[in-house]
Amino acid sequence: MKREYLRYGRVLAAAAVVVCLSAWSAFAAPAPALGKEKDARAAASSPSDKQFPEPANRQFPVPPPPFTPGIFPCSDCHKEMKPNPKRRELKDEHTNIVLNHAQGERWCLDCHDTYDRDKLHLVNGQRIGFEESYRLCGQCHGDKYRDWKVGVHGKRTGMWNGEKQYLLCVNCHNPHDPRFKPLAPMPPPVRPGDIR
Amino acid sequence: MPTQGKCDDPAFRMSRRKMMKGVAAVLGAMALPAKDAPASVWESFFQKNFRELSPEDLKGVLARLEKEYSEKYKKAVKVRATPPVEGILFGYGLDLSRCIGCRRCVYACVGENNQSRDPQIHWIRVLQLNKERGVDLEDAEQYYNPAKVPEKGHFYMPVQCQQCEYPPCVKVCPVQATWKERDGITVVDYNWCIGCRYCMAACPYGARHFNWKKPGLPPAEMNPETHYLGNRPRPVGVVEKCTFCIQRVRNTPGRYTACVEICPVGARKFGNLLDPESEMRYIIENKRVFILKEDLNTRPKFYYFYAT
Repeated sequence: MKREYLRYGRVLAAAAVVVCLSAWSAFAAPAPALGKEKDARAAASSPSDKQFPEPANRQFPVPPPPFTPGIFPCSDCHKEMKPNPKRRELKDEHTNIVLNHAQGERWCLDCHDTYDRDKLHLVNGQRIGFEESYRLCGQCHGDKYRDWKVGVHGKRTGMWNGEKQYLLCVNCHNPHDPRFKPLAPMPPPVRPGDIR
Repeated sequence: MPTQGKCDDPAFRMSRRKMMKGVAAVLGAMALPAKDAPASVWESFFQKNFRELSPEDLKGVLARLEKEYSEKYKKAVKVRATPPVEGILFGYGLDLSRCIGCRRCVYACVGENNQSRDPQIHWIRVLQLNKERGVDLEDAEQYYNPAKVPEKGHFYMPVQCQQCEYPPCVKVCPVQATWKERDGITVVDYNWCIGCRYCMAACPYGARHFNWKKPGLPPAEMNPETHYLGNRPRPVGVVEKCTFCIQRVRNTPGRYTACVEICPVGARKFGNLLDPESEMRYIIENKRVFILKEDLNTRPKFYYFYAT
């Protein structure tokens, strides 16, 4: 039995390697492969996607990412350091970041890029800037991403019949601890009996 | 008895009738503006219902109001009367799964729409409801004041004018001082309102508010971008209500309403129900939507929904 499992495991691992390689090559060879990918996406789109067709690489007007002051660009510190892709608990730096977002299943370099420290990366390896981080979040939170694009999840301001302003996911959700934090309420209304 | 004898005197009876006539005449005259009152007082006294004003009359009315308000609030006040645009029906969405009851919208609305600060008038009322009991209005609390919201086990439902398709408030107005515009916004002509408050009794949502006293609006806090049917300063003794920020949304391009702009959790949505690409249509077609007091058949254009 155990050997059987091992064999299956090996087959699976081999398959995973093949899939990863093909995904990487698709990314490396841009034009034709991307076209194919887009077709596949169009074929698999949900009814609401059809209803709201979206041009490829649509840009959303978002504010600059809310970095902790003085922390960006990350390469300022990291360019002297040799990247260590080994999964570990950080002991010397960034100890203020306590991951409360699928912790245990994830660590820094699943989202932050190992070799270009000023970028994030998607699961397919594509590097993206912090100003496009919604694409990273949208990989897991596809339903929220879909709602966000049409302005239903999250706050969208500007003109209801014109130019709109979006917010990045991280403007409201700390990516390391995403639950929205409670707020102090504004004062309650005056009771009618107290109005003079 | 001496008094009885006096009253029987025919001369006295005549004089009483005369006196009553005189009193009526004097009281009537007192209700009219004084002879030396400024012309604007006479003009506002004889002003017609907003919907009967000719374009020239309307121009004059707006100019008069702008002058009056600019003097009173010591800043350049604009009073517009931007008409509805064909092909637009405004709809509003409120995500009950997101609202945390922080009341930012209440005060943003007060600031934008020139409500009276003292005595206090709020167009938005945020209800705190129990998650176990659902939308049970008997169990709603609007005076909650914890250190932090949301409170465990509760959810929040802001209530404001639902901009009904069949508005009961309009039906009961004895002078037609309130009506539904073609873009779905129910408005009030404050110059025509007689303050009978029938509409407040008719509204199932408690969305109409009465100016019992002269509105207390500090000039520094007055928003000078106004609409005749919306946020212009109100006199004492008239009813007012949410107009979906008519002074903003009637423009092309028009800003989102003040409550949408302020909401820190993005629970408030606004759009054109006739535009298939608007967020409102997406919500109605894809989300679970709840209509407050749907059984009354008022057909609100205000849609509570659950995005998650």
